[in-house]
Amino acid sequence: MNAKTSKRLNMKDRYRIMTRDLAWEPSYQRHEDIFPQEDFEGIKIVDWSQWEDPFRLTMDNYWKFQAEKERKLYAIFDAVSQNNGQMNVSDPRYLNAVKLFITAVTPLEYNAYKGYARVGRQFGGVGARIACQMQSIDELRHTQTQIHAMSHYNKYFGGMHDFPHMFDRVWYLSVPKSFFEDASTAGPFEFLTAISFSFEYVLTNLLFLPFMSGAAYNGDMNTVTFGFSAQSDEARHMTLGLEIIKFILEQHEDNVPIVQKWLDKWLWRGYRLLSIVGMMMDYMLPNKVMSWAEAWEMYYEEAGGALFKELERYGIRPPKFAEQTVIGKNHVSHQTWFVFYQYGHATAFNTWIPTAKEMDWLSEKYPDTFDRLYRPRFELLAEKAAKGERFYNNTLPQLCQICQIPLAITEPDDDTMISHRDTVHEGERYHFCSDGCRDIFHNEPEKYVQAWLPVHQILQGNCGGADMEKVIGDYYRIEMGEDNLEFEGSPEQRRWKQWKQAV
Amino acid sequence: MMSVNANYPNYQGPVRDRVENFHGSQLVYVLWERHLLFCAPLTFLADPEMSFVDFLSEILRPALAPHPESEQLRFDEAKWRLDGEDFQPDLEKSLIDNGIDHKSQLRLITPWLSDLADAAI
Ligand SMILES: [Fe+2]
Ligand SMILES: [Fe+2]
Ligand SMILES: [Zn+2]
Repeated sequence: MNAKTSKRLNMKDRYRIMTRDLAWEPSYQRHEDIFPQEDFEGIKIVDWSQWEDPFRLTMDNYWKFQAEKERKLYAIFDAVSQNNGQMNVSDPRYLNAVKLFITAVTPLEYNAYKGYARVGRQFGGVGARIACQMQSIDELRHTQTQIHAMSHYNKYFGGMHDFPHMFDRVWYLSVPKSFFEDASTAGPFEFLTAISFSFEYVLTNLLFLPFMSGAAYNGDMNTVTFGFSAQSDEARHMTLGLEIIKFILEQHEDNVPIVQKWLDKWLWRGYRLLSIVGMMMDYMLPNKVMSWAEAWEMYYEEAGGALFKELERYGIRPPKFAEQTVIGKNHVSHQTWFVFYQYGHATAFNTWIPTAKEMDWLSEKYPDTFDRLYRPRFELLAEKAAKGERFYNNTLPQLCQICQIPLAITEPDDDTMISHRDTVHEGERYHFCSDGCRDIFHNEPEKYVQAWLPVHQILQGNCGGADMEKVIGDYYRIEMGEDNLEFEGSPEQRRWKQWKQAV
Repeated sequence: MMSVNANYPNYQGPVRDRVENFHGSQLVYVLWERHLLFCAPLTFLADPEMSFVDFLSEILRPALAPHPESEQLRFDEAKWRLDGEDFQPDLEKSLIDNGIDHKSQLRLITPWLSDLADAAI
């Protein structure tokens, strides 16, 4: 190496040489043959060079930063295992939030890794390709570090042993799975609008902060540390999400209505998906961080409201049905926990009635809804349980064709009436939980007629037969009496007491 | 209704829940309105030739048994809706002859039965 080339480049030149200059103009293949998915969604890109990478991070630096983060992270994981860190959690019920995370969220990280690897190949602009490449690798790292973070708990608690298998099969995990597969089977620009913008930019604070702060409040050092390690990646992903949406909107005015339709769809889908986070915050965390309604106000109504103001100059309006989410924030966590409680024989975690103190907290946080509607339901079921008649719903629920959530959410203007919509498409009837989900179907019926609805699959005989015990045990691999059912009196509770006495 | 925008023409996903896939049975959903102890409407597999009265006694009645109001529940005092319309079932006729076909949603509407109604239980 001679003296001239080893001279240090300034940041700007370095970035140019290590990213933009890695691309070339093809001479003997046509652009549309190399990037065959770039046009079909109708998005018009006039000039890819307008893409601004807000980080100017080059691949060599990226490896250096990430390696450093990994070293610190694994040092802490080691310390947690050596010091029996599982005994520091606030209450064994807390681990059920971890089980939900590893089965429902970690597989999404893996799908994000695959998704960015795919779409990164599809863009004509090198800036976008490199950004997707880095995010793809980040998401694979998140998958791995989450698995490592939780593998320690897997040695002591149930429900985590078969998480990828469960993700592909278990009824409630079809909600996150179908959400992500919807994005992954869309075109590359819709994928970015769905995942980078709607999910990472607008909604990520409502997914990661609740889990990470929940971990911090409940003594789960591994998850907290993982969260810190992922934080700078997530900051990059969020910034990228905003950049992407502005870039698409600035490129051509014809892009505006297409993007608007995607925003309407993906914010509604994201909102429905986050129902499980709401229930986790309000019901599964022994030490509460804040209520779901407070989180929704802070991160969606305030932060999201400001964001959509900013996008107004591009001709973008707030997402359709946003007002329904504001009403729903006072109901959705209660309704969701009520679903899981009564189907608690088919969950890979324990469920329970909130304690009297927890119910008082819920009354205080939900003055308009909890005492009127939800406390009486939980008190009735607590009475039944005390008589040895713990309620399990042995029928199967009707599901929404789009979000795949049981139709357990009430009408925005009538909170004692289940919200239900239907439509007939080519002689076949389809059912939905809401106007938002029905709209999504109406926009692309040929896509959603094939939804793999867990209840219908069971009834078609595709999940190991008609015996629900076999479906749960053999097909889902939820170990009866170990992973599922009521927390009170569970093996998990019993073991915890023994371990605590032994200390 | 619009159409999917795919990267090749005439994209059509398989219709996964057509009645042929249920081996001679069909799906019937039942919602007991404003009774939310069962968190969602129920999904049943039923023979389309089964009479409505048999559907009530053999399928719906046992399914609703865990509800505290099930003992006061009298089907002959109930009102029904089928797929969004008021509905007068003919008890002896089959489901299909009553117009209850694959993926129909039936709604059961009962008068006030107990205090549980205050919280829509
Ligand atoms: Fe991630
Ligand atoms: Fe991310
Ligand atoms: Zn839905």
